[in-house]
Amino acid sequence: MRTENWRPSASIEVLKQRALIMQKIRQFFAVRDVFEVDTPALSPATVTDEHLHSFSTQFIHPFAPQACTLYLQTSPEFAMKRLLSAGSGAIYQICKSFRNEETGRFHNPEFTMLEWYRPGFDHLQLMSEIDELMQTVLGCETAKRVTYQDIFKQHLGCDPLTATLTDIKALAKQYGYGNLADTENNKDTLLMLLFSQHVEPNIGQNLPCFVMDFPASQAALAKISPTNPLVAERFELYFHGIELANGFHELTDGAEQLRRFEEDNAKRTSNGLDTMPIDENFIAALNFGLPDCAGVALGIDRLVMLALSCSSIEQVIAFENSRA
Amino acid sequence: MLDGEPCNILENEFVKPGKGQAFSRVKIRKLISGKVIEKTFKSGDSVEGADVIDTELAYLYADGEFWHFMNNETFEQIAADEKAVGENVKWLVENDTCTITLWNGAPIVVQPANFVELEITETDPGLKGDTAGTGGKPATLSSGAVIRVPLFVQTGEVVKVDTRSGEYVSRAQK
Repeated sequence: MRTENWRPSASIEVLKQRALIMQKIRQFFAVRDVFEVDTPALSPATVTDEHLHSFSTQFIHPFAPQACTLYLQTSPEFAMKRLLSAGSGAIYQICKSFRNEETGRFHNPEFTMLEWYRPGFDHLQLMSEIDELMQTVLGCETAKRVTYQDIFKQHLGCDPLTATLTDIKALAKQYGYGNLADTENNKDTLLMLLFSQHVEPNIGQNLPCFVMDFPASQAALAKISPTNPLVAERFELYFHGIELANGFHELTDGAEQLRRFEEDNAKRTSNGLDTMPIDENFIAALNFGLPDCAGVALGIDRLVMLALSCSSIEQVIAFENSRA
Repeated sequence: MLDGEPCNILENEFVKPGKGQAFSRVKIRKLISGKVIEKTFKSGDSVEGADVIDTELAYLYADGEFWHFMNNETFEQIAADEKAVGENVKWLVENDTCTITLWNGAPIVVQPANFVELEITETDPGLKGDTAGTGGKPATLSSGAVIRVPLFVQTGEVVKVDTRSGEYVSRAQK
């Protein structure tokens, strides 16, 4: 045990700067009439995405015969959308989110998320507002916008939307991932690998860069584009090689959302993972009526890293996980 | 085990898009050929574990070709070659316990103790009265290693060194 572990992993100076950034963000929303909300970190339901791993714990009700499982939320998305369905209007939240099996230079199992929703906006309008926030906090210029298809083609010479699994396997092999390509039969897994290793490091070097129109197979909770069924109205924001935010023109169709959750759970089963309880309250809120809206989740720790030129997440959080 | 060789993980970077598959980008040293390669694995993938054992042995002497170690309980001796000793040769102190990794009975890695004590054989005389350590000065140790030491430390003194970073820790306890 290292005796120095009582000390913060971030310097006090960085923590003071971080506090100022938080003030700026709250001010940004205050003048735009977006109000701050606080939703539960613990819920009996959680995300079904096979790539996200929720922490779970046991809640012992003083009058109940047995304990029930609660999950720490990987983002406040479901609860915030329930508020939107209940007529909240524009809202934002700054909260801890929890993801198991994630740690590294850009990951800590608990991290601070900024998430906001804009009824009446589509993803393009929301991107403009995110751009303004970036300029306010980072003092940078207007962000670039590219499509997933164009930027993938430009750096890897292959159309990710029309390529077959065989094409993408050959491409992965050519880039030295033979060990993975030989056994992987999920095209999206290989696309994610190639994108993260050969596109991400090359975008947003001077300006923040929005990548839009992700493949429909990676739609998550986004609407499929009404003009091109191959892509979803989903975007990500990158700056200096860091993935900073993920946003959607939100799916409002409860039946379609439920179908995607069930599909996720089927994938979990076929990959030997436990299925996750589907959030029935969230589905009910969608069925009641989620206003047409766009939403985004932005990693505050990574934003602070960019603002203060820090190379590792531990430099911007008081106590990274191994010192917690 | 990779391509039939036991390997050592030097670095492991966690790569994960917010929505999507996690990967590990791993820098690996092949312990027999000494080659360093980079490989990417899907999180949760597994490879065959190398059937190696670590033993604690005392360093005896070098004969110019081999470095000899002894098990202090069984008095069994083992000779490690240059490839196994590698750069750690500069931290070998007679009678100190080292960790020797054996694969099929043959030593493939020699790891010195985390801290060793060595005598300074040469260093510039520092300025008197300096106790704050203003950057320090180079010093050559009896094993041949060169480290930075504070200005107040003199030739002939024994110092404690962290072999993982190659940094001066303190004067040795008498």
